[in-house]
Amino acid sequence: MNFVVPDFYPAAAEIFVAVMALVIMLASTFARRVGRTLAYVLAQFTLIGAAFITIFVTMSDQVVYTFSDMFVGDLLGNFLKLLIYFAVAIALLYGRGYLADRNMDRPEYHLLAVLMTLGMMVMVTANHLLTLYIGLEMMSLSLYAMVAFDRDSARSTEAGMKYFVLGALASGLLLYGMSMIYGATGALDFGSIHEALYYQSANKTVLLFGLVFLMAGIAFKLGVVPFHMWVPDVYQGAPTAVTLLIATAPKLAAFAMAMRLLVFGLFELAEQWQAMLMFLAVLSIILGNLAAIAQSNIKRMLAYSGISHMGFMLLGLLSGVVDGDRHYAFGAYSSAMFYAVSYVIMSLASFGMVILLSRAGFEAENIDDFKGLNKRSPWFAAMMMIVMFSMAGIPFFIGFFAKLAVLQSVVAAGYIWLAVLAVIMSVIGAYYYLRVVKVMYFDEPVDSAPIHAPADVRVMLSVNGLSIAVLGLMPNALMSLCVFALLASLV
Amino acid sequence: MTGMPLLSLAIWIPILGGLLVLATGGDRNAPLARALALLVALAGFAVTIPLYTGFDTGTATMQFVELSPWILLFNINYHLGVDGISVLFVILNAFITIIVVVAGWQVIQQKVAQYLAAFLIMSGLMNGIFSALDGILFYVFFEASLIPLYLVIGIWGGNNRVYAAIKFFLYTLVGSLMMLVALLYLFMQAGGSFSILDWHQLPIPMGAQTLIFFAFLAAFAVKVPMWPVHTWLPDAHVQAPTGGSVVLAAIALKLGAYGFLRFSLPIVPDAAQAYAPLMIALSLIAVVYIGFVALVQTDMKKLVAYSSIAHMGFVTLGFFMFNQLGIEGALVQMISHGFVSGAMFLCIGVLYDRMHSREISDYGGVVNRMPKFAAFFMLFAMANAGLPGTSGFVGEFMVVLGAVEFNFWVAFLAATTLILGAAYTLWMYKRVVFGDVANPHVAELEDINGREFAFLAVLALCVLAMGVYPFPFTEVMHASVDELLRHVAVSKL
Repeated sequence: MNFVVPDFYPAAAEIFVAVMALVIMLASTFARRVGRTLAYVLAQFTLIGAAFITIFVTMSDQVVYTFSDMFVGDLLGNFLKLLIYFAVAIALLYGRGYLADRNMDRPEYHLLAVLMTLGMMVMVTANHLLTLYIGLEMMSLSLYAMVAFDRDSARSTEAGMKYFVLGALASGLLLYGMSMIYGATGALDFGSIHEALYYQSANKTVLLFGLVFLMAGIAFKLGVVPFHMWVPDVYQGAPTAVTLLIATAPKLAAFAMAMRLLVFGLFELAEQWQAMLMFLAVLSIILGNLAAIAQSNIKRMLAYSGISHMGFMLLGLLSGVVDGDRHYAFGAYSSAMFYAVSYVIMSLASFGMVILLSRAGFEAENIDDFKGLNKRSPWFAAMMMIVMFSMAGIPFFIGFFAKLAVLQSVVAAGYIWLAVLAVIMSVIGAYYYLRVVKVMYFDEPVDSAPIHAPADVRVMLSVNGLSIAVLGLMPNALMSLCVFALLASLV
Repeated sequence: MTGMPLLSLAIWIPILGGLLVLATGGDRNAPLARALALLVALAGFAVTIPLYTGFDTGTATMQFVELSPWILLFNINYHLGVDGISVLFVILNAFITIIVVVAGWQVIQQKVAQYLAAFLIMSGLMNGIFSALDGILFYVFFEASLIPLYLVIGIWGGNNRVYAAIKFFLYTLVGSLMMLVALLYLFMQAGGSFSILDWHQLPIPMGAQTLIFFAFLAAFAVKVPMWPVHTWLPDAHVQAPTGGSVVLAAIALKLGAYGFLRFSLPIVPDAAQAYAPLMIALSLIAVVYIGFVALVQTDMKKLVAYSSIAHMGFVTLGFFMFNQLGIEGALVQMISHGFVSGAMFLCIGVLYDRMHSREISDYGGVVNRMPKFAAFFMLFAMANAGLPGTSGFVGEFMVVLGAVEFNFWVAFLAATTLILGAAYTLWMYKRVVFGDVANPHVAELEDINGREFAFLAVLALCVLAMGVYPFPFTEVMHASVDELLRHVAVSKL
């Protein structure tokens, strides 16, 4: 038996982030006086540094495997990792003032955020059931702690507890499913699983049982019906800065998890998991949109809207294979990816707006807190309007093209009824987005306090809002990137 | 053909100009915003003039075509062009925009820049709808134009504005999303092309044609609006500010009718012919039943709104008889209705600005205080009723002639509009303008000022010119309508 030194090179970004997490931990212990600012600055530096490494060191259109095939470096992974850094960096930037106002900007917060990022990176690049699970747990455990970060708030603690209990259950289900897949195929890495399925050497019954449990785990992490119960409570209970983190980058990681497990590993079972996804997607789109109408708390409303958006994203994933014909698979998966990316951009801006309106001692949690925003700040009212119309799927905003792409995949796969259903539910969805625009533009302000926010938040939020409009006018580049990333990764 | 991308200019000058107006900021800079908006509207109109002068009336092919790729992945192109059917609407739209900007000059005192910007952006988007030759480009403009109108009704509207704005938005969204599914289906059938011109040549089986026809119907019937999906229009009209009503009546209602000609008839001709009796029946209900509904209205704006529905019923009737007189008559009617209904709403706006009431019973004897206004109002009321010599007569007469060619009883029912239209318009006019001065406020009314005189006079000229000599209008559309009818007659099964 000879020991081989693995190739660390493709994992350069992960190693950098892991080292930086330790640096942040140490630095904040020793530099107590400036610890809070230092942790924030170091966290941002970590994300920017990781982005540089990903772009200049590991980015390539070749697929490389390392650590005994447990880790894969491909364009899909690198592209999603870049978006994750970007989403986390913006979320930290938006949330900083909010946390400082509430005395929650302790160094641990930024440490946890960096560890969460590391977890997501591992998930995105996993080529092995265990790597995937480790990444997932690393992300989830950091998030559980962050949700309960406001230690004196009963609601925050309750949300953290709920998230933890349900999340642990989902992880258990996922692990159980993984064990069945292992039992049926005798393999843990996705390539071997795929091979075992391809040569039909696996026990189908055990495999399908395993698939059901895997699906439950994925559905929980995506927050789709009927595994959505935690979403509204956690979104509402968590400090808004944390909600912002949960609602953005982890969705990309969950998308990556679904891609790795279902497409890279279990593609031969596509017909089976597509049927399950269809069930999840239909329920999410219906329930998410209907329940969102009844909400008066904007964080809860955005939670339900997020459920319906994830349902829409699944529409892309479920229309890849039609009667054994894999012709449309690339288009379908890239539309789902484009949807996930668009949703993350919109979600960042929407929760960013909630944070912008919150001040020390005041949570802008209710839709009514947006009343008369057009009088208080026409610019940010316009930004929020862009986000809302984009989420409702009105052109010229990116949300429309995301919906167009998934609907196109659905129609191409021949599920016209599904497209019609999705379309009818988006009309219902349009109502609650319109209501936000209504309170901003048609109502008188109840609160005439001017909006205080640091310049960096103002600029970033404006860039964020405008990017939704600009990407809507020119969606070509981002769409092509999604297709290219998938083409280069799925051999 | 000129080298300038005229259609792009017609679309983007108002939109970018609107953003510029928005940048003037708060109401402190209102005079600057107004001047800038007028300049943009004039420039937007100026670039549409060469569309008419440079238009080749001898051909039915698309002119002033611009084509460049937009979204490669779905083969979506930035493809613009106009034919005889659409070119007049681009010009009409740019023209009405000037009127709207001038009409809101003094009345709108709050959020002036936002108000003017909304109208300019809407004008650009509507030009986009009329000149888009790519299905998704059309859809994008079609949907995006909802946003400014939603804001205009909701911000500057009357008491019940929020209800009206949301109703307007959701009604139109339902229909247009159905159309989106149909567009995606056509994209698949056409082997990955969103080009409307490709779709015109695409063979489609009857079952699919039927579904596509009804999907388009859902989108366009709501916009026209046809009975029974018309109920959003009176609400939206009554609550909208004057400018909003003018744009709604003069341009927005034409979008649905235009959609029938650009999509329904040429893409699914067999289904269109199979369901023509249904469409004719719905149109006749709009003409006769809505005519009676208009008769009993006590609110002037509501009355004109219902009369718009009746007039648009005439337009859809003309389309689905599939003869030259019918379609050309309907197109003339659309343009005439743009002038006349716009003018009617402006007249009501003139009264409303002074009295803050739209109730017919609050008026009476207006002629005593406002003789100049009464003269203009008289002309437009007559045009609305279809008096020969005004533009309202030409279109209605052509459609009725087309209907006689098609079926006597259809023509008979359609012709009742001439009686009903005269009844509700002139009766309203009598109650508002003539009689004794019953209300003390009417006794204090002041006649129209120079600005109001100017825009009413321009519209009056248009109404009369089109009524006396409609040839310049029909000449432009002739070749395209001819080609459309030839195309529709060939089965695509």
